[in-house]
This record gives sequence, C-alpha cells and structure tokens, in this order.
Amino acid sequence: MWQHVLTIFIASALINNFVFSRYLGLCIFFGVTKRMETAVGMSFTFTGVMLIGAVLNWLIYTYVMVPFHLGFLKIVIFIGVVAAFVQAADTIMKKVAPALYYKLGIYLALIVTNCIILAVPIINAEENYNLMEAMAMALGSGLGFSLALIIMASIREKLELADVPKSFQGLPISFVLTGLIALAFLGFSGMITL
Amino acid sequence: MSTNSVNYGTIFKNGIFGENPVFRLALSLCPAVAVTSGVKNGFLMGVAVLFVMTMVNGTVSLLRNFINPKVRIPSYMFIIATWVTVTDQVMAATQRSVYKEMGLYIVLIVAFAIVLSRAEMFASKNKLLPSLVDGFAMGLGFLLALVVLGIFREFLGKGSLWGNQILPGKPVLIMIMPAGGFFAMGLVMGWLNWIDRKFFGGTGASSGGH
Repeated sequence: MWQHVLTIFIASALINNFVFSRYLGLCIFFGVTKRMETAVGMSFTFTGVMLIGAVLNWLIYTYVMVPFHLGFLKIVIFIGVVAAFVQAADTIMKKVAPALYYKLGIYLALIVTNCIILAVPIINAEENYNLMEAMAMALGSGLGFSLALIIMASIREKLELADVPKSFQGLPISFVLTGLIALAFLGFSGMITL
Repeated sequence: MSTNSVNYGTIFKNGIFGENPVFRLALSLCPAVAVTSGVKNGFLMGVAVLFVMTMVNGTVSLLRNFINPKVRIPSYMFIIATWVTVTDQVMAATQRSVYKEMGLYIVLIVAFAIVLSRAEMFASKNKLLPSLVDGFAMGLGFLLALVVLGIFREFLGKGSLWGNQILPGKPVLIMIMPAGGFFAMGLVMGWLNWIDRKFFGGTGASSGGH
C-alpha cells in the first residue's frame, strides 16, 4: 500500500513530470521563470492549491458524481470547484493574512485557468485512485512542477548574460532550453515501472 | 453591414498572421507542443479548438446583453466548459484511436487562455456574425500553427507525413519525443521571428505570457 503510494508520488514528480513529459502548464512555466523570486512564490502557492484542489475534487467525484452517474460533467464541475476554491482562498487570505496575500495573491489569480490544476483531478478520476493515491499524485505533481520552475529560473538568470541571436531571444531560446532539460529528465524514465 | 462595419479580411489576417495565437501571442502553448508529434493529431486538435472557439464566441456574443459584467468571467468559463464537453464527447465517440492518445488535452481546451481572451476581448463587445468570424479566424490560426509544427516534427521524427512513409527509417527520432517538441517549437518560433525581422521589419514575437 505505502509502496504503491510512494511509487505514484515519485512517478508524478520525476518520470511523468508535468512540464517535461506531459507538456502542461507551459504558460505559467515560461511566464514566472524570468526571476527566481516569482518562481519560488509560484511554487509554494501552486503546490498548496494543487493538493487542496485535488482533495476537494476527489471528495466531490467519489461521493457525488459517481453515485449520481454525473461523470460526463466532470469538466464543468472540476473547473467550477477549483475556481470557487481559489476565489475563497483569495478572500480569506486577504482578511486573515494580508502580508502573505501581498506576496502570493497575484499567483492565485493566475492559477485558476491553469491546466495542471485541472489535469490532476481528471487523471485521478480516470485512474480511480483512492484518497491517499490522489494526494500522492497531487503532491508529487506540485513538487515536480516546483522543481521545473526553480531549475528553469536559475538557468534563465544566467541566460541574461548570454549572447543569443536576435531572432531567438526571449521565448524561442527558452523552448530550446526546456528541450534540453526534458532530455535530462528522460533519464528518469527507467527508474520505476508502474 | 450596420453602422460600425467590421472588416472581415482584417479579422482573418489578424487571426492567422498578426495575432497568431501560438507563434505571436504565445498563448496556449501546451497543446501546441503536446499533440504535434504527428500531422493528423495536430490537425484534429486544431479542428477541435476551431469548433470550440467559434461556438464560444457565438454564444458569448448572443448572451452579451444578459450577462452581468461582474460575473462575466465565471459565466464565460461555464460556456467554454459546456462546449468543450460537447467536443470531448463527440471526439470520444467518433475518433477512438486518436482520443486515447490525446483525450486529456481535448479536455484541457477548457483552460486555454486564447479561448477566454477572445470571448472577453472580442465576442463580448461585438455582434454575432463578426464574433463567429473572429473565433473561426483565430481557430484557423491555431490550426495552421499546429499543422506546421506537426509536419516539421513528423517528417523529421518518423520520416512520414499523415502516416504515409516518405523517407526510409527515422531520421531524427528525438523530434517525436517530449524533448523534440520543445526544440521544434523553439526553432520554428525563432525562424518565424527571423523572417519577420528580415522581410517585414517587425520586432518579433512577444516575450511570453499566459
């Protein structure tokens, strides 16, 4: 049981890393990695929202949607749950912890329409994971995404000093870079067989 | 046309070249990398997005006088989610083999920034017909971008086009793997920037966003 949960955790963080092998969350990935500070802020917010969102969606999927045969509505319901939760977190944080809000609030707004936040509950539902497995999946994905953000931010800080051809400046060179990191992450693929 | 006439030619030119969702606005990049390992997948994904964008723009335009501006973004999200569900179910029923490979990405059309941004920026302010045309043109720009990337990657990675073998063997296998998707995207984007700067005096694509 625990071994299986750990396998899911490691697989979702490294082998099926959302950025490097499932190509999701690229907008945020390229958007916030220009500076290390924003990348770290996003990592924290993202992992938290991911975990709570996945648990909420798992509860609703298992106890409401499955008994009433509402599986076909999962897209509408999942996005509604995530949006409502993020909005609530935004309001509560503003009242309870204003200092934290000014640091992380801006990332919350960006997270609502993020594909990874939505993809994790959908994968959990498709694989019929139980609660522990769903949490392992969410935490692994969140940490894997954080790892990707921090690696990329460190490289892009160095990139500022590099002499890149004019046509490749900005996004194109970042894509080529991501390709190289993805190549390195390919090395994890033989580590665990699910 | 009515008093504020809309130039459809401009809308098309914008959607395909000036504001091409993938290469110029750098929006909705995930599917552009994810499903373009073959021309066929890229094309079907493009068609799905084209359909969703046209229908969402049409629906938003029809409802623009009934939606309270304060709740417009959630309302748009539900309209988008509804049309994506329709597309998802149709794809699942008619394109079994393709759906198995890219079902997850079809579902995630719902999180595409480009769909929401056209609903917010264009359809909520314009009449039905221009909105439909705008959605179609933007979708077409997206479709073309996916097909270009698909041709590039499938030809180099498998030596084939639309499943038909052209070159013997697999010239550059890496192109159809995850890493190759990023390489292809970066190279094609840089190449288009170069053309733009060389021949049209442009400044290149924006430096990225959502």
